[in-house]
Amino acid sequence: MSFVLKINGASHTIDADGDTPLLWVLRDVLQMTGTKFGCGMALCGACTVHLDGAATRSCITTIDSVGDAAITTIEAIGQSEAGRKVQRAWLDLDVVQCGYCQSGQIMSATALLMSNAHPTDGDINDAMSGNVCRCGTYNRIRDAIKLAAGAKP
Amino acid sequence: MTLTIVSRADAAALSRRTFLKASATAAGGLALAFVVPGRSEAAGAENGALNGFVRIEPDGRVHLTIPMVEMGQGTYTSLAMLLAEELEVKLDSIVPEHAPPNDALYANPILHEQSTGLSASTRGFWLPLRQAGAAARIMLVTAAAQRWKADPAKCTAKAGVITDPSGKRSLPYREVVQAAAQIRPPALDQIKLKAPGQFSLIGTSPKRLEAAGKVSGRTRFGIDAIEPGMKFAAIAISPVGGGKPKQVNQAAALAIKGVRQVVVIDEAVAIIADHTGAAKKGLEAAAIQWDDGPNAQVNSQSIVAQLKAGSETSGVIARNEGNVEQAFAKAARRFDAVFELPFLAHAAMEPMNCTVHLRKDACEIWVGTQVPTVTQTRVAALTGLQKDAVILHNQFLGGGFGRRLEPDGTLLAVKIARHVDGPVKVIWSREEDIQHDIYRPYYYDRISAAVDEAGNPVAWHHRVCGSSVVARFAPPLFKNGLDFDAVEGAAEPPYALPNILVDYVRVEPASITTGFWRGVGPVHNVFIVESFIDELAFAAKQDPVAYRRRLLSKNPRALAVLNLAAEKAGWGQPMPAGKARGISLQFAFGSYLSQVAEVAVDTKGKVRVERIVCAVDCGIAVTPSMIEAQVQSGTIFGLTAALRGAITIKDGRVEQSNFDSYPPMRIDEVPRIETHIVPSTENPGGLGEAATAIVAPAVTNAIFAATGRRIRKLPIEEV
Repeated sequence: MSFVLKINGASHTIDADGDTPLLWVLRDVLQMTGTKFGCGMALCGACTVHLDGAATRSCITTIDSVGDAAITTIEAIGQSEAGRKVQRAWLDLDVVQCGYCQSGQIMSATALLMSNAHPTDGDINDAMSGNVCRCGTYNRIRDAIKLAAGAKP
Repeated sequence: MTLTIVSRADAAALSRRTFLKASATAAGGLALAFVVPGRSEAAGAENGALNGFVRIEPDGRVHLTIPMVEMGQGTYTSLAMLLAEELEVKLDSIVPEHAPPNDALYANPILHEQSTGLSASTRGFWLPLRQAGAAARIMLVTAAAQRWKADPAKCTAKAGVITDPSGKRSLPYREVVQAAAQIRPPALDQIKLKAPGQFSLIGTSPKRLEAAGKVSGRTRFGIDAIEPGMKFAAIAISPVGGGKPKQVNQAAALAIKGVRQVVVIDEAVAIIADHTGAAKKGLEAAAIQWDDGPNAQVNSQSIVAQLKAGSETSGVIARNEGNVEQAFAKAARRFDAVFELPFLAHAAMEPMNCTVHLRKDACEIWVGTQVPTVTQTRVAALTGLQKDAVILHNQFLGGGFGRRLEPDGTLLAVKIARHVDGPVKVIWSREEDIQHDIYRPYYYDRISAAVDEAGNPVAWHHRVCGSSVVARFAPPLFKNGLDFDAVEGAAEPPYALPNILVDYVRVEPASITTGFWRGVGPVHNVFIVESFIDELAFAAKQDPVAYRRRLLSKNPRALAVLNLAAEKAGWGQPMPAGKARGISLQFAFGSYLSQVAEVAVDTKGKVRVERIVCAVDCGIAVTPSMIEAQVQSGTIFGLTAALRGAITIKDGRVEQSNFDSYPPMRIDEVPRIETHIVPSTENPGGLGEAATAIVAPAVTNAIFAATGRRIRKLPIEEV
């Protein structure tokens, strides 16, 4: 069966089983490898994308459940103001280490700032505790979100 | 310990024999390579410009082939800074490139092979990269001076521009690279390097060179390799070591849309498909049943019993000074303890993966590996191909932590690729990654001390008991039954210990393969030594910092970091009930660290680490922001393990499988981590792993101070 997915503003027709996770369609079929595989069970957030602006784990989101929601991935997040600010703050504070989880971190942080321009520490915990970083960049992630929000870290 | 001594001797030997070779690049630029007589000729380094370590092209860009891999530790930036400092170019004109496998050209001078580990990258390349930068600068300046008929000694170079003695004429490097390639490089011992006071880049914190790709999703990790016509494989490896697939429902797997092929090999099954989603669905449909083989009876209890028995026998001597037996016999009091540390998985964020295209005459590989040359050699042996027919494209690593020091993932992918026409990308599930790791050894150590009337240690005996990583990983380094890594941090504690005996008992648990894990030997020994010193301080009714100070009168650098950590943490200031501070100290990887942890323990015993203060003396601080990042990183990695990291075995199977049963720390539970760097002009020490080793005892000592509960078995939380 085929599905039409709206990804970063473009429509893609995908011929795959409806229960195929969106993650593998992005990575393997469309070769958009910025979205990462980490756990396959929505436990780590490496695969986070936006569905209509909401942070969503693509590893457990089947393509038949997406409907006509607009999918945004790390490749296009810099086109939004919030995404651009988050990426800028990540660079200003040198957040990344190995970098593997950072696509997902940036997608979650951007979704947070799109819905909450001035998050508290508690808001940051709620929005970001689903994203694992084994390099332990959490101190700088917190500071960078505050920087992107215009607050002093 | 041992390695540091070896490296010093070797660095001296290297500088005597090694020379720089210059040549022209295809584009008319300057290439420089180090030549080690007797080693590099075979690699063709003396002839070819292609393999140059450093290439300065006519467009002014400086290409630096980075011999070490970037796995988050920041080596692409720090090593580039070493070159740029002496070359006198702006850091952003340097283009770091992955090195192909070649021990002759890219071996780490400390490790003797092209291997990224033991926190040895900055230490190993501190001298050669600055020498290469200085040599290239000298040649460029000479070329410009020749054009001007000026005295090269009076010309200056800065930010990639050479200025003549009058200050009136200047030339950018790009205009003289071609002429410079014809000039004989200076002998290494004739190159005068900057003194630490003259550094302009070293000691600053420029932004990471590779960060832009990592915030935009453009960076290619191993798992992101794309080859035309590539297929995707999902795999299941026998859950019990040595087991084999018994029954595979191939028809059901092949009935899944997108599944192309079922590959059954000795120890695993792979489903080959058009995308990973189909491959995983096919793997489930295959409903594999396993013949577990002889190891299905292995469990954690039997392994620990085996180690306990081993710890009761005497081991191979790692250090024996003074007369330990006599000192114990004469001493006022004696203390004995047993410490246990669990098996640990690495759980890098990027699961194990490898892309292979195996052809009749060549094997092409895309993988992020800490050991490119070892991997190449092992693939050559497996396939019967010549080494140079094994083409390995190294990639950025989504975390290494020692897991990617092992070629097993690549070898498995090659075995699968034998059955596949065209390139195939093999991705392990998180469950396969955790259940088929090569684990940090389980240690069962005994430690004893005797003290005098004042409570000072007069005898010390530490017996390390565990499997030997070195014996498996690097057999020539396993000498007379001693694993130098297993006792590192135990054999030479920073304290004055007049009678000391450290021995090692090797016990290999059946069916569990053990390997290096971030922090290696020190991560287990520092926990034990620092916990036990704390116990002695308490028994002597002394403050833990004051007690340590008395034992450090001959170790000024260790004393200085201890004092700095204590001062910055406000050691001695009162804490509310249920909260306390703990301290730890170590010398490892050439760096001194001391850490203070502040913990809160609630009425149910639940521990929360609220603040970490870390003092660091790593010699010259090449990139302070990277040091801070590595202290945070190492601390959280070590803290995660200390709190709740454990791999356990039941019926031959690893019981943990994903981030729910092997849970990493998350943003809502990590403490603020403060880093304070001691200014120094000593040569740099390593730092990628140091903080991983130091954190556990700071935390457990704090828990003891808060509750009186002494933790001698990790993890802290019940598993």
